[in-house]
Amino acid sequence: MEIKKQQTGSNLTISLVGRLDAVTSPELDKVVQKELEGITDLTFDMQELVYVASAGLRVLLVAQKRMKKQGNMKLIHVNKDVKEVLEMTGFIDFLTVED
Amino acid sequence: MEMEKELTLAAKVENLDTVNEFVASFIAPLAPSPKAVMQLDLVVEELFVNVASYAYETEGDFTLRGKLDPAEAKVELKFIDAGKPYNPLEKAEPDLDLSLEERDIGGLGIFLVKKNVDDIEYQRSDGQNILTIRKRLS
Repeated sequence: MEIKKQQTGSNLTISLVGRLDAVTSPELDKVVQKELEGITDLTFDMQELVYVASAGLRVLLVAQKRMKKQGNMKLIHVNKDVKEVLEMTGFIDFLTVED
Repeated sequence: MEMEKELTLAAKVENLDTVNEFVASFIAPLAPSPKAVMQLDLVVEELFVNVASYAYETEGDFTLRGKLDPAEAKVELKFIDAGKPYNPLEKAEPDLDLSLEERDIGGLGIFLVKKNVDDIEYQRSDGQNILTIRKRLS
């Protein structure tokens, strides 16, 4: 998986490319743990993310919990397969998913 | 005609890609739909990672035994480890209605597995945990 970051002031966009699985999720976890200081708007661009498993959902949960305290978080361009997993697990209910 | 194939490797999370590749090439003759492939990927990942994370105190082997039934477009996979007895099917279902604050990730992996197979069974035999899943891939 590739993680691309773009920050403008307190807005951070993280673009995910590839698979968010048990092997790659720790990389994203590091970003979420260390690089959200002062961020008020966090966007995950998931256009090129083709797969997510529970390890990846865990990181999204951690990010969402943190951002709820300090601002907003949304997911954009979520593909059909990834969206299906979000629906299956009920994650869709507390994540903000936009087109 | 049924086809069978087996893979044994160290039960380590970093071997996930090897396991995925084995499954992908094994089921290729069935020409599965992309959706079925994604669902089976989830099942394989969650069950393999479970073994890699919890089965052994230090390290041990993991075996994946596959059986293909092309006539029915069905795959059977056995996830085998020689670790401590553990039946993941006994794990409590996660409460999907919990709010964000209350939500945690425990049990989510096995929940995803159950959601994406046709049937699943656990067996403890000869000191091994054997979890068998079956799924139609058409």
